[in-house]
Amino acid sequence: MASHLPPKPTPQHSTATAGGMAEAEHPRPSGLMRWLLTTNHKEIGSLYLIFSLTMFFIGGIFALVVRAELFQPGLQLVRPEFFNQMTTMHGLIMVFGAIMPAFVGLANWMVPLQIGAPDMALPRLNNFSFWLLPVAFTLLLSTLLMPGGGPNFGWTFYAPLSTTYAPPSTTFFILSLHIAGISSILGAINIIATILNLRAPGMRMMDMPLFVWTWLITAFLLIAVMPVLAGVITMMLMDINFGTSFFNAAGGGDPVLFQHLFWFFGHPEVYIMILPAFGIVSAIIPTFCRKRLFGYASMVYATAAIAILSFLVWAHHMFVVGLPLVAELFFMYTTMLIAVPTGVKVFNWVATMFRGSISFEPPMLFALAFVVQFTVGGFSGLMLAISPADFQYHDTYFVVAHFHYVLVPGALFAILAGAYYWLPKWTGHYPHLRLSQWHFWLSVIGVNLTFFPMHFAGLAGMPRRIPDYALQFADFNLASSLGAILFGASQLLFVLVIIKCVRGGEKAPARAWEGAEDLEWSVPSPAPLHTFETPPEFHPHQH
Amino acid sequence: MTRLDEQATNRDGVRRTVTRTLVVLAGMFAFAFALVPLYDVFCEVTGLNGKTSNTAQVLVHEEVDTSRMVTVQFITRASAGLPWELDVQTRQVRVHPGQSNEVFFTFRNRGGDASRAKAVPSVSPSEASVHLRKLTCFCFQEQRLEGGERLEAPLVFQLTRELPADIKTVTLVYTLYPVQPAQAAVSRRGPIKEGDSA
Repeated sequence: MASHLPPKPTPQHSTATAGGMAEAEHPRPSGLMRWLLTTNHKEIGSLYLIFSLTMFFIGGIFALVVRAELFQPGLQLVRPEFFNQMTTMHGLIMVFGAIMPAFVGLANWMVPLQIGAPDMALPRLNNFSFWLLPVAFTLLLSTLLMPGGGPNFGWTFYAPLSTTYAPPSTTFFILSLHIAGISSILGAINIIATILNLRAPGMRMMDMPLFVWTWLITAFLLIAVMPVLAGVITMMLMDINFGTSFFNAAGGGDPVLFQHLFWFFGHPEVYIMILPAFGIVSAIIPTFCRKRLFGYASMVYATAAIAILSFLVWAHHMFVVGLPLVAELFFMYTTMLIAVPTGVKVFNWVATMFRGSISFEPPMLFALAFVVQFTVGGFSGLMLAISPADFQYHDTYFVVAHFHYVLVPGALFAILAGAYYWLPKWTGHYPHLRLSQWHFWLSVIGVNLTFFPMHFAGLAGMPRRIPDYALQFADFNLASSLGAILFGASQLLFVLVIIKCVRGGEKAPARAWEGAEDLEWSVPSPAPLHTFETPPEFHPHQH
Repeated sequence: MTRLDEQATNRDGVRRTVTRTLVVLAGMFAFAFALVPLYDVFCEVTGLNGKTSNTAQVLVHEEVDTSRMVTVQFITRASAGLPWELDVQTRQVRVHPGQSNEVFFTFRNRGGDASRAKAVPSVSPSEASVHLRKLTCFCFQEQRLEGGERLEAPLVFQLTRELPADIKTVTLVYTLYPVQPAQAAVSRRGPIKEGDSA
């Protein structure tokens, strides 16, 4: 809205990503200490984003090791033990190190700007929760060098594979997951405290941008389930080191209990990785359609409904453990029920585009790709929800195809869309148009070449997490591996885009996109280090 | 931050929010641990995890239901790292619900040294587990065998008449697990201890 002028001219003029100038009143530490000690939400947001990009490449290299081994049938490059470590570490790094911190980074940057807050509610805690992450993931990665190797039991670390039969480094894996979990929890507390208490005067809950709403709900999910994860890995720790038998059948425990507890955390966790993506896409699509979002309230309620339902569906990951018929049916129907609020969202995005004045800037390209491809992942999820069919699909590449469709062209594309959308606000420059378009098209082709054939390989019966496969799967795997190389290489273009964008490029005004209306577009681009020190005037508009 | 006025930072509200989230946090952590006994109770009531009672049960005196036959299959296996064998003399029996039956199992310690083990049962389909009553079972306590020793042990069981009619076959699996001091043999430090007991 044009009436949203910058609330107060701010004296800082920063050119770097997060503002590089010394603050007027306090001398600020420079160099490394500046980043170690920063309590500024924009700087911490940048740290989170850079960290998650780094982890994304490390996890990507692990994925490429897996794809290289699966390029041909037979064992060529790595030993099966190492292959298992690669699949496990790829999953752990991407889930806990890339996707989740990327969303926290975006929340750090954008939530205060979108609600007109001067900073996060707990700035020092914010610093602490970021700096736990490098510690956690250095520890996790170091397990690869330990005797016996790193975690090799899959990212779901099912007991007793992760207790009785696990490598000695598992204790370090547990510790690193504890640290990463504490980081997530502290981040979530901070985000909740910020959203509930620091909104600009006049901004009611139902006036908040959807990215803020989805993050608020995500933060509640984190508060609810990360302690359960902490509990599960603590039980594993005790089983391994202190002779308890939580998951050890020999001592009266039950390995199936592990799966129940894990997926009680694990299913809400997958929504933790997608709800903020919904928020980003709900910000981008209206902007580039030059229309208000269709069905704002229904978007909020749909998000809340998905979050609540996510607690009632965990056992659909366990259809084959031997659940009674009643449970199979219950979890099948609750899972299918999730398609309803999700369908509401997809409908609203499409309805927003209907008769919109659409332009196809890079953020919009990624957001559109998100809507289409996330829906593909949603449909394969519905197929997997059919309990009798799941007996066939379980632990095949069909599952791998499904969750990669919701996480890569789903969550990751939304993060990329968000990065392209807000880069002008962060750096003051528009991302290089040609390079962004190349990045987009190569990513779309790469992603689909990688993951679409996996559907067929899976339906034909190829099991996941196995370094070798039968000859009839060779063509599918060849395509997947070529696609993975293309997709991985094209992400280097993204790094190039960011570097070019930070260094220069077309100057962006405060309102960098024509149809952008939220509060963050009322501060100058690049956003100065301190914004909204006096709460802005907020004029609610009809959603 | 000093320049920010009290209203912009809303200290009281933040403190209240943080306190409440911390309470939820602690509650959920406790809930995760509470789920362990809850799960056990739930499974005991419903029999959902296929576990049977750990103590001897009395025979329910009731009419034998001669109108139907149920196949009871036995599967035995010894866990890795234990030089024992467990065999059942009759792999499969056909029984009437209500009738009491006796089946003999053979334990054999193939190793050179004495060691101890416990057989852990599991019933499939799990709905049958509450209807399987064990009057005598070697699985109620652990066994100790000298090197090379052989032991025959009986299982006396009864399927109650309440067994759902759609269950035609009940499978009873016994997995033999090492017990202390050989407990470590199943742990991840296995290879070292395995050598000791072999």
